[in-house]
Amino acid sequence: MTKLFPVKVTVNGKVYERQVESRLLLSDFLRHDLGLMGTHVGCEHGMCGACTVIFDGEPVRSCLIFAVQANGHEIKTVESLGTPEHMHPLQEAFHEKHGLQCGFCTPGVLMTVVPFLEQNPNPTEDEIREAIDGNICRCTGYEKIVESVQEAAKKMSSGD
Amino acid sequence: MKPVQFDYYVPASVDEALDTLAELGYNGKVLAGGQSLIAAMNFRMARPAALVDLNNISELSYIKPAEDGGLAIGTMTRVYQVEHDAEVIKRFPLIPEVTHFIGHTQIRRRGTFGGAIAHADPSGQLPAIAMVMNAKCLIRGKGKERWVDAKDLIIGPFMTVIEYEEMLTEVVLPANPPRTGSSYQQVARQNGGYALAAVTSVVTLDDKDRCESVRMILMGVGEMPILSEKVSDLLVGQEANDELFKEIGEAVQPEIDPANDLNGTAEYRRDLIRVLVSRSLNTAFDRAKKGS
Repeated sequence: MTKLFPVKVTVNGKVYERQVESRLLLSDFLRHDLGLMGTHVGCEHGMCGACTVIFDGEPVRSCLIFAVQANGHEIKTVESLGTPEHMHPLQEAFHEKHGLQCGFCTPGVLMTVVPFLEQNPNPTEDEIREAIDGNICRCTGYEKIVESVQEAAKKMSSGD
Repeated sequence: MKPVQFDYYVPASVDEALDTLAELGYNGKVLAGGQSLIAAMNFRMARPAALVDLNNISELSYIKPAEDGGLAIGTMTRVYQVEHDAEVIKRFPLIPEVTHFIGHTQIRRRGTFGGAIAHADPSGQLPAIAMVMNAKCLIRGKGKERWVDAKDLIIGPFMTVIEYEEMLTEVVLPANPPRTGSSYQQVARQNGGYALAAVTSVVTLDDKDRCESVRMILMGVGEMPILSEKVSDLLVGQEANDELFKEIGEAVQPEIDPANDLNGTAEYRRDLIRVLVSRSLNTAFDRAKKGS
């Protein structure tokens, strides 16, 4: 019989307890076991960044962590940011500046940029480009993503 | 893109991990940051029967002064922590210079310093950097331990002298002599991508600005990172000189064996080495003169 391991994890402030196979990836755990489909799965080997989530405050690839390793840890996914009615300033900026087209890479980009702007509230364009260099976008050519992050930095530092 | 089934152990101490590894023998595999191993498992290129996860062993995450004036880095210290550590930046500026090029910020926050070295990826930066810095590696097994120089640790692509029941627990970066400068130079197709070619060098100067000793590693141009032998013959006793650096870029050509692939031809990689050798030595000399 398949061996199962207990996982107790806090996701977006809510505690979940589940039994998982050791081989279950954190990305699949979030989507399939917890039903949090906001985290997207692209390449599943750490190249594309679509599955980026915040693990104990740090942006990481959820496809390169096993769910069992999240036991006792705290995770934030894109669902923690805002709702369609009350968007996070970063989401508002992406909305206004057309920072997404198909939207597949967007959750990963957002979860990379949230901790980045906390550490660096007034980034230069070069710093923004470096911060998002681990997130592949095939639609925007990155121009609109950079503009969105600049707009978000403005909004967030002025407290809008 | 899902791993095969495996058994999973998550020890809370080094002793417990070594006991587990001893019991598992050939079936056991150490899981550090997992940024290479889990990707290989997702592809099913790696199919370990059991993983021994070191992520709950806090005693393996540290940066502290070593006896000889260098720094000792615990194997599970995240690359990002090493990259941003004030002592590391002050004493070994080569480290932040190199780590900047490793993967992306998300990878460096999870990936570990020791894991990257023990993984011995021939395209990885840290195994080559450990070699050029003359790092000493502490390998522990149940009831035993041994020190191995980084250059003797890695014996082939993804192959080290670490046995199944052992693990790398600490990497010591020895103190550099005064008037030592270092440099890492690479060309890659994109940020965070593997280097098409890279050169790293560490140069120590005498009080007349002549090269006293030099170590230079050529990367991406052979099966493994190549420690150049030619460079010492030509450079020791000499002052910085652009013509000489060009000559060295030429002289190392027989030492390398670059491949043709879709990212670049062998000929192009040879040209890159010519340019990067000059850049790397120039920069290392300048830094050595400033005493960094």
